[in-house]
Amino acid sequence: MTADEITEKTKSFLGKFIKVEEIQADEDLFAAGLLNSLFAMQLVLFVEKEFNCKVENDDLDLKNFNSINAIVGLITRKIATA
Amino acid sequence: MIQKNKIKCVVWDLDNTLWQGTLLEGDTVTLSPNVVEIIQTLDQRGILQSIASKNEYHTAMAKLTEFNLQDYFLYPQINWNSKAHSIETIAKSINIGIDTLAFIDDQPFEREEVNFSLPEVYCIDATDLPNLLNLSELNPHFITEDSKYRRQMYLSDIKRNQLEEEFSGPKESFLASLQMIFTIAPAKENDLQRAEELTVRTNQLNTTGYTYSYEELKSFINSDNYLLLITSLEDKYGTYGKIGLTLIERQPTVWTIKLLLMSCRVMSRGVGTILINHLRNEARHHQVKLCAELIQNDRNRMMYMTYKFAHFQEISNDGHLILFENDLSAIQQFPEFVKVNILP
Repeated sequence: MTADEITEKTKSFLGKFIKVEEIQADEDLFAAGLLNSLFAMQLVLFVEKEFNCKVENDDLDLKNFNSINAIVGLITRKIATA
Repeated sequence: MIQKNKIKCVVWDLDNTLWQGTLLEGDTVTLSPNVVEIIQTLDQRGILQSIASKNEYHTAMAKLTEFNLQDYFLYPQINWNSKAHSIETIAKSINIGIDTLAFIDDQPFEREEVNFSLPEVYCIDATDLPNLLNLSELNPHFITEDSKYRRQMYLSDIKRNQLEEEFSGPKESFLASLQMIFTIAPAKENDLQRAEELTVRTNQLNTTGYTYSYEELKSFINSDNYLLLITSLEDKYGTYGKIGLTLIERQPTVWTIKLLLMSCRVMSRGVGTILINHLRNEARHHQVKLCAELIQNDRNRMMYMTYKFAHFQEISNDGHLILFENDLSAIQQFPEFVKVNILP
């Protein structure tokens, strides 16, 4: 899977929660305070199900999830080591 | 000792249970003796009710309306599915554990089918109806203001959820449309029954699962070494009630969050993160470290994430108890879509 494909999938998932078209790839998704347990959980489940990898406790770090680039980076690393 | 497995929802069969007679066979059905009193008493105790009946939906609902009972039942399952399936649907819709449901039916076959597929459900024979209100499982330790209005709060939730489903834009815009007000206040003595109830009822959004008795909670509010906070939420559709509880142990240089829990009904509202950010502000103000305990189980992964995403890092983990410390240098603002009310 290419980085572009991962980015597209991630953006389309995030679009259900936030106005993704107004957000830059490196912009902090949670700076506006839009973070809740359900969103966080669904984000992690999205990464696990869509890309068939296991997100460990150590991966559950804000810096792996707080921007589109960060999420794509995490997925890319996870796929590479899977 | 606090008994954990109290029943949160009673699921009724209709024919020859809630009423006598078989509706679709054209019988003139009459309500079972004292059934209105039983339904109203359960409702007052804060126990939710629903229906699992093999019947024709519109005919049965019309009959319930005739008896003026239609508003007492959340997500009534009146269809031809198995009762186990209906009960699972109810538990999922209300978002409560299957082991907190009771099921009343006159037919041994139905009770056995439920018992076989869902052994956690407490099955009751309809002939035991006269004694129903005396069952210890149906007698909560306390009846709080929140329990009396529980059904109303769930009905408001159903309305909100429908609107949320119909809302086509991102959730962010939906949340903004709710005009939420989140209140954080030190618990007072008249909050303690609800506080105890929250520790017993809340499983998923609960960091440690510690339960405390009324007396223990009372000692916390009278002690300088502890801070017990109770949180509530309202929006334009009404109040969600007192939905969260947090216990902080205060030592001279470090504050430790011993317990942080939130009702599942506010899972998608972001208020847990707001509360943590309030505590981060307070810790900065008092110049103490902020730590938090977490006991991970198969149901509370969401709380682990909530802590990690709120700038907590693990400092020890013995496989059972995780201790976190917060990086207070990272600033996170309260979201714009919630008005936060902090009471002294």
